[in-house]
Amino acid sequence: MSEPRVGIYVCHCGHNIAGAVDVEHLSEWALNLPHVVVARNYQFMCAGTGQELIENDIGEYGLTHIVVASCSPHMHEKTFRNACERAGLNAYLFEMANIREHASWVHPNNRSAATSKAKALVSAAVHRVLKHQALEPMRVDILPATLVVGGGIAGIQAALEIADAGYPVYLVEREPSIGGHMAQFDKTFPTLDCAACILTPKMFDAGAHPNITLLTYAEVEQVEGYVGNFHVTVRKKARMIREDLCTGCGTCWEKCPIKVVDTVFEAGLGYRKAIYRPFPQAVPKYPVVDAQNCTYFSTGKCKACERFCPTGAIDFEMQDEIITLDVGNIILATGYDLFDARRIPEYGYGRLPNVFTSLEFERLTNAAGPTGGKITLRDGETEPQSVAIIHCVGSRDKAYNEYCSAICCMSSLKFAHLAKEKTHAEIYNFYIDMRPIAKGYEEFYHRILAEGVHFIRGRVAEITDEAYTTEEQGKLVVVAEDTLIGRQRRIPVDMVILAAGLEPRRDSQNVSHMFGVGCGDSGFFTERHPKLDPVATVTEGIYIAGACQGPKDIPDTVAQGAAAAARVLGVISQKQVQLEPVRASIDESRCSGCRICNNLCPYNAIEYLAELGVSRVNGALCKGCGTCVAACPSQAITGAHFTFEQIMAEIDGILIDAGDYEPNPIEILA
Amino acid sequence: MADKPKLALYWASSCGGCEIAVLGLHEKILDVAAAFDIVFWPCVIDIKYADVEAMAPGSIDVCLFNGAIRNDENARMAHILREKSKVLIAFGACACGGAIPGLANFSSREEMFEWIYFQSPTTENAARVFPQRHTRVDEGELELPAFWNTVKSLSQVVPVDYYLPGCPPEVQSIELAVQALVTGELPPSGAVIGLNIAVCDECPRERKDKKIKRFYRPQEIIPNPDECLLDQGLYCAGVATRAGCNARCPQVGIGCRGCYGPLDGVYDHGARLLSAIASIIDADTAEDVEAVLETLPDPAGYFYRYYLPQSLLRRKARENGQKKSAAEKKPAAAVAD
Repeated sequence: MSEPRVGIYVCHCGHNIAGAVDVEHLSEWALNLPHVVVARNYQFMCAGTGQELIENDIGEYGLTHIVVASCSPHMHEKTFRNACERAGLNAYLFEMANIREHASWVHPNNRSAATSKAKALVSAAVHRVLKHQALEPMRVDILPATLVVGGGIAGIQAALEIADAGYPVYLVEREPSIGGHMAQFDKTFPTLDCAACILTPKMFDAGAHPNITLLTYAEVEQVEGYVGNFHVTVRKKARMIREDLCTGCGTCWEKCPIKVVDTVFEAGLGYRKAIYRPFPQAVPKYPVVDAQNCTYFSTGKCKACERFCPTGAIDFEMQDEIITLDVGNIILATGYDLFDARRIPEYGYGRLPNVFTSLEFERLTNAAGPTGGKITLRDGETEPQSVAIIHCVGSRDKAYNEYCSAICCMSSLKFAHLAKEKTHAEIYNFYIDMRPIAKGYEEFYHRILAEGVHFIRGRVAEITDEAYTTEEQGKLVVVAEDTLIGRQRRIPVDMVILAAGLEPRRDSQNVSHMFGVGCGDSGFFTERHPKLDPVATVTEGIYIAGACQGPKDIPDTVAQGAAAAARVLGVISQKQVQLEPVRASIDESRCSGCRICNNLCPYNAIEYLAELGVSRVNGALCKGCGTCVAACPSQAITGAHFTFEQIMAEIDGILIDAGDYEPNPIEILA
Repeated sequence: MADKPKLALYWASSCGGCEIAVLGLHEKILDVAAAFDIVFWPCVIDIKYADVEAMAPGSIDVCLFNGAIRNDENARMAHILREKSKVLIAFGACACGGAIPGLANFSSREEMFEWIYFQSPTTENAARVFPQRHTRVDEGELELPAFWNTVKSLSQVVPVDYYLPGCPPEVQSIELAVQALVTGELPPSGAVIGLNIAVCDECPRERKDKKIKRFYRPQEIIPNPDECLLDQGLYCAGVATRAGCNARCPQVGIGCRGCYGPLDGVYDHGARLLSAIASIIDADTAEDVEAVLETLPDPAGYFYRYYLPQSLLRRKARENGQKKSAAEKKPAAAVAD
């Protein structure tokens, strides 16, 4: 190989760099570094004219390596890599020295220090770039199908968008029907549309769409592969119903003799049978057999449903089915769990019968709910004369969840309206701050104020049935400080509704691990960038939508579902995806199979080959994070573009004696 | 006799185990004696330093040099033997990496003297007597070699041709080296004579996913005989240490101590071990990590047991970041006086 020829480009970045670093001196000095043939300084290297300097020099001087001393690689590494590529030089034979964030900005008033440090950084970059190797990105074909996990409104929206664009979608839902939490709601704020009226058409579309394969009563068990080529294992739980024969007529659950408290859809307020369809508009329409409560499964007798089924669709021999799917992209829309109000004992939920959760109230007020939409106390008959609604239950509370659950202000206002409208009761809302922050929300708040609902600003200390006065006798007493008038209040009411906060799904940690997405301390999945990349994750090809990313209301959830779908469609339309070549590889002749690295990879990219006694990195899964490289005790793992030679050369470079820099006295005067 | 290549063996700062290891060749020592003309071996044959100094430069074909360099005498002999030998081999862990004597680099010479001659529980030294470089006796003046503040490996003092690690090198490793020397089929200069794989490769124990909740000291558990010791929480340096010993220690239930040192191209054996062990600690919070580390006493001693002088760290930082003292720059100067 002929001698390397390095070109160095020092950027002024206007005054950002040139204000503190003597760029003229730096570029002149850099000519003395090994193999440097050109060293220039220029006002804005990132400008088209700056990039052209590099491109022209590569042709004219036959440059083999390029160093740009400017800003952070986060900002412009891609820019300069592209410039190199345009001139026919491999993008990885380029290195950036960050003399802005690391030199000029941290030593704005010390020209000597800033210039000396810039020299060291440029020297490091030159020493390093000489050890660089040309790398080629990996190209992978993208499978057109998409997996959507979770059949709530976020998942339904995402599935429909992709399916409408003409691509196949698998929609996996854990429960027997899609619809999610929204299917349980009565009205939606702030317009008071009936939730079912706006949701069920979408559910039906998703069920009937030729491009959507519904997999309800099913759970993802394993995910392998990488963007474009995921291999997913799904367990379809035995429904005991043959979907090809069932017409959804309902005879089976009419005949079933076993009544079970429905803790899922009816939030424990109603009953279902041991063979059941969670709600009338369920999609798909087929029921499921609840084997735990079914008489046949405990005693071997009964089979009433089978006897009466007109189409012979009941199959007690049915087993769980394992389905494997090959998909190019995955959208996680796994939703949320409601904060368990029992965790706050002073609010009495579970002990005081007439304390309800928000979800219970949704079912109470729902026309299709257990009371037919009649708001009653726990006895199922008495209408409340007074109702207290407690905001922020489990939210904005250091003892439980520090974050704001975002939806409770508005749903509490909605509850106030519904309770007032249906029962004419006195309504008291206990709030910390009102946060009606989206379109039409503030107006809704004012409407509820005008309806005569009482608002008491203060966190509720206790809900008790211990009466101090005859007035409080037989009532629930809500004890709170009213911070606006500065005194303690005791409000006796018949009914209390706890606006429980939103929490990550209990199994969100497992799900995050299975799909290789991050989740913060709270357990909500982490987006790639909180502002600029809200539905992508650190794992290419895996997107998130809805409340699994953080508490949000229906409009935001739908927007995220659509956004995730748009991102997926963007990937699919590229047909191929390019993967960064910066990744780890294992020298198998050096690997002793100690398995230190096996559990470390955050992307599950390392597999242990027992028959060879070595570990291997799947290049397409690897993100080049370097964790395994650092951990490998026999240094058998190398990170491309971050090899030991490159890093040691960089250290050698930064430790050179750059000499003391004395600013030009004329410059100081100027 | 004159045709036979000339062999020298020397013992610098070490325990003497390397000499035993050579004798451990048993009857094969006769093959060595047949193949080589042993010209210098203070442990076995009666010969003085002056005799070696009188030899012509390059007149020794191979010198097996064991022991670290920790005083002027060690260094002087290293220089002499380098000059006289065509091939100088760092023999054993002390010569290769500084090894156990090198652990002295975790303290200073002053701290060491203070402990050894005054503070240790078995010492009574009210008169504060301790070695002086020069002592007058009736017969004249006695001189002790200067004691260095920093222990060095052989290659940090003179250029070394080959390395034969181990504490001591196993018989099969010595045979491998002798074979190479006799046949002349030597690896490129500067190489370690031996394998470039880790001890795990030779260890028959079954390895699984590693997640360590606590460490055990050898006396605390009876390890399962078939499973990886590290998986069971016994510190084992085998993951980061060069093979060649046939996993002797792990085979009998004692974690590898790391005496064969790092694999080719590794700059810092201890750092490799540190980051490997840190990677498999199964703890989520800082407190949990602390709790696990509590069960691993003297981690620096474990990780750097054999290669501290030869590491990037080399020694404990000097207090207050002070520069090298004059005594260190010129080790020939005074000892603790």
